[in-house]
Amino acid sequence: MYAKTKKPTCWALFLNTFILSAFTIGGGYVMVPLMRERFVDKLGWIDRDELAELIALGQSAPGAMVVNSTVIMGYRLLGTRGAVSALLGTALPPLIILSAVCRFYELIRDNAYVSAALRGMRAGVAAVIADTVVNMVSPYLKRSGVTSLAIMAAAFLVSFLYDVNAGYVILSCGVLGIIIGAIRRKRGKAA
Amino acid sequence: MIFLKLFLSFCYIGALSFGGGYAALPLIREQCVDLNAWLSMAEFSDLLTISQITPGPIAINSATFVGMKTAGIPGAVVASIGFMLPPFIIVTLIFLIFKKYGRLPLLQDILSGLKPAVVALIAVAGMDILFEAVWGSQAISLASTNIFTAALAVMAFTVMRIRKTGAISVILVCGIIGVLQHFVTGLLL
Repeated sequence: MYAKTKKPTCWALFLNTFILSAFTIGGGYVMVPLMRERFVDKLGWIDRDELAELIALGQSAPGAMVVNSTVIMGYRLLGTRGAVSALLGTALPPLIILSAVCRFYELIRDNAYVSAALRGMRAGVAAVIADTVVNMVSPYLKRSGVTSLAIMAAAFLVSFLYDVNAGYVILSCGVLGIIIGAIRRKRGKAA
Repeated sequence: MIFLKLFLSFCYIGALSFGGGYAALPLIREQCVDLNAWLSMAEFSDLLTISQITPGPIAINSATFVGMKTAGIPGAVVASIGFMLPPFIIVTLIFLIFKKYGRLPLLQDILSGLKPAVVALIAVAGMDILFEAVWGSQAISLASTNIFTAALAVMAFTVMRIRKTGAISVILVCGIIGVLQHFVTGLLL
């Protein structure tokens, strides 16, 4: 299933997760476009579908989604040592940067240029995420996955309009997947 | 003793924060502001701001911040490890289950429900960031619209679709444009 992917070294895994984590302001889903660009397009460690799977699995566990997803990727590529390399690579940048920022955060927080840069970067991040969403939706549109698109629309609406916790959204969509699968198989047998 | 307390508190936060960084925030508040008085409410809201302007997952940022405040760098390390340990164990179990039973129809069914949901959640995160950039904390109306950031976002998106520009360069250039705009308006006014 995952045979075609290239195998990195532990060091490459550490270094690439480190850069990913060090350059993503905000965290969470902001990192998805960068994961895709780095791990799928540039390095070819995983394919597009696998990335979606990693994110889905990472989101099903508690804690930081990105750490969870890169750890699973590490396990798949190199086993336990891969998982540990990915964990350290993802976790060290915020640890180091925050330790430094803690000492003079009032200065950073109240600086007008910092907030101007952040405002601009937010616009950029929104664009980057929009680009990723378009890329992730288009395969569903091409193979006209109506059920998947319906799940997507429902998840978007409850999350955006009613602010439902992402954990609940993930959990109920997993259950929904089981139910839909069971119905499909039943129909398949009947036909 | 403070180290053990930090470790256990963040283990608790790590084990229960289903749904990612923002799900951890109420737990962090409960443990750090209400139960242990490691942070004041003002420091807690500073923490949110800082997490948004520094790289990396918000929950690890929080663990580092609280650890630093209470017990310096060793505290930051202990709190971060505490936060990451329970998810690491759970993720390991998930990996092992999928390695062994990943081809089972049941797990494939679960994944086919999860994947579109994740796309939706990413879209919601994008909308939240866009709204924050264009309207800030103000009510959404035509008058409160920051036309500059709205245009910047549209332009960045167009450039990305047409030229396939890398994400990091798009974000950095947008940041620089933001600073330039601030500088120019400062000169004009």
